[in-house]
Amino acid sequence: MFIRRFALAALAGVLIAGPAAAATELLNVSYDPTRELYQEYNAAFAKHWKSETGEEVTVKNSHGGSGKQGRSVIDGLRADVVTLALAGDIDQISSRSKLLPDNWQTRLPDNSTPYTSTIVFLVRKGNPKGIHDWADLTKEGVEVITPNPKTSGGARWNFLAAWAWAKKEYGSDEKAQAYVHDLYKRVPVLDTGARGSTITFVNNQLGDVLIAWENEAFLAKKEQGGDQLEIIVPSLSILAEPPVAVVDKVADRKGTRKVAEAYLQYLYSEEGQRIAARNFYRPRNEKVAAEFAQQFPKLELVTIDSAFDGWKSAQPKFFNDGGIFDQIYQGH
Amino acid sequence: MSRRTSPVIPGFGLTLGYTIVYLSLLVLIPLGAMFVHAAQLTWDQFWGIITAPRVLAALRLSFGTAFASAVINSVIGVLLAWVLVRYTFPGRKIIDAMIDLPFALPTAVAGIALTALYAPAGLIGSLLQPLGIKIAFTPLGITLALVFVTLPFVVRTVQPVLADIPKEIEEAAACLGAKPLQVFRYVLLPAILPAWLTGFALAFARGVGEYGSVIFIAGNMPMKTEILPLLIMVKLDQYDYTGATAIGVMMLVVSFILLLGINLLQRRIEHP
Repeated sequence: MFIRRFALAALAGVLIAGPAAAATELLNVSYDPTRELYQEYNAAFAKHWKSETGEEVTVKNSHGGSGKQGRSVIDGLRADVVTLALAGDIDQISSRSKLLPDNWQTRLPDNSTPYTSTIVFLVRKGNPKGIHDWADLTKEGVEVITPNPKTSGGARWNFLAAWAWAKKEYGSDEKAQAYVHDLYKRVPVLDTGARGSTITFVNNQLGDVLIAWENEAFLAKKEQGGDQLEIIVPSLSILAEPPVAVVDKVADRKGTRKVAEAYLQYLYSEEGQRIAARNFYRPRNEKVAAEFAQQFPKLELVTIDSAFDGWKSAQPKFFNDGGIFDQIYQGH
Repeated sequence: MSRRTSPVIPGFGLTLGYTIVYLSLLVLIPLGAMFVHAAQLTWDQFWGIITAPRVLAALRLSFGTAFASAVINSVIGVLLAWVLVRYTFPGRKIIDAMIDLPFALPTAVAGIALTALYAPAGLIGSLLQPLGIKIAFTPLGITLALVFVTLPFVVRTVQPVLADIPKEIEEAAACLGAKPLQVFRYVLLPAILPAWLTGFALAFARGVGEYGSVIFIAGNMPMKTEILPLLIMVKLDQYDYTGATAIGVMMLVVSFILLLGINLLQRRIEHP
């Protein structure tokens, strides 16, 4: 463990240190579908910081599966800020490496999540299987595409959204379990990540409905020219909160705390919120939300804290070895 | 191989020292760290992890598909090497260069391309679908991806050995009355067999550990199309480092035993 951490830290150090540049450099370690968002946001923030302080700042971004990115930070990747898919992954960084305090999520407004998303359905043109809500996913002859919750942060939101709906609809944990059991029996392929599932559904034409992040669904639709796919918003879904945090010890060591904090705070500004909305994330700011009201239909949303008592209890109950997800595939 | 009086590269001590340092840094220390980490488990815990039904199913799948693909490539690889060595035809150089492409291509790209072709809606998959043959998202698809990724091994190990066999030897055998099959069995086969086995072992070992290309075409269904490297990723995503290293150690030990067996077999062939 120690040897590996040390080796990775050394490697990361060599890669990132480089020659001492005049401009400050931030490293934002993020998850997969935020590529387009941070490309736009980083440029906007650099401009904002320059006009505010006269200092140059460049922000580099690293993308990958949320869990894998979290592990890289634990193993020594020197991230000034992390912007991951699940609070659970930042909790792990905090508890395993002590790089940031365990109350990190209370330091910024709205649970440290400046933008949110939710889980929706993507269906083929004309919605041939007539899918309008979660109940329709388990109709005769419907094939569902969703990634593996064991390896994909997004897939965990999918699973919990399905559970939350079923629990409300049928009234008990047992019936919710029966529903997700039935649902996952209709999944022919469990890709390892959200992008992989999108490729399976859109490019390889497998399945009748893709359960996806709202932002991913918009992106897929945009890339297909907009008329081959339709987005279906279910009656109830989950409020996916991808949180952001400064990695204190790294930022202090690199002397970048001030700019790292400003970087995250600017996400809450109207400009930052508009960039998030343009990249299909739901903004928190009500004024900006009103501007984009057409794009984001209203629906009933439960939160991970209210419906599942937070990631700290949801992760082991549903997704760890032997959890409810694993039980679906037992007795094969 | 008798002891040479004046080796080309001098300094036995220096070269051996270099070999050991190099191997330690690149192979022994990382693998050793894995064993040390796995040693945090008691034997019962370790045994419990590696004999879980899902792990055993993945073990069968990973080693089975790697074996099947190595066998396929052994047959096709010798054929390709033969064609490239024994015949001259327009475009030979280009085909020769193409053999190495599977190594150059990022494995994920290979996986996505193969899946797109062989998925039920893909170019080839849609032709096979009416015949009831499914390739993508089945063990067949995994084997296909591994055949692609490990193609160069057998070709590149057998090719130089074949090139070293003068055509005259085959002609002499034929003059002495050997039938084509006998020429192959008694003249060519003994010469290429050690290299052939090496190629087979390399392809097999590479196939067992392959992740990038397989993950897209496998379907990743628990108990059915889940490969061992995926189970390691699954454990890591739960921050279960010890569980992941336990599976890693098991793969390493099984692979090592198999490769050792192939090596011993090779020895017996070379020094009967």
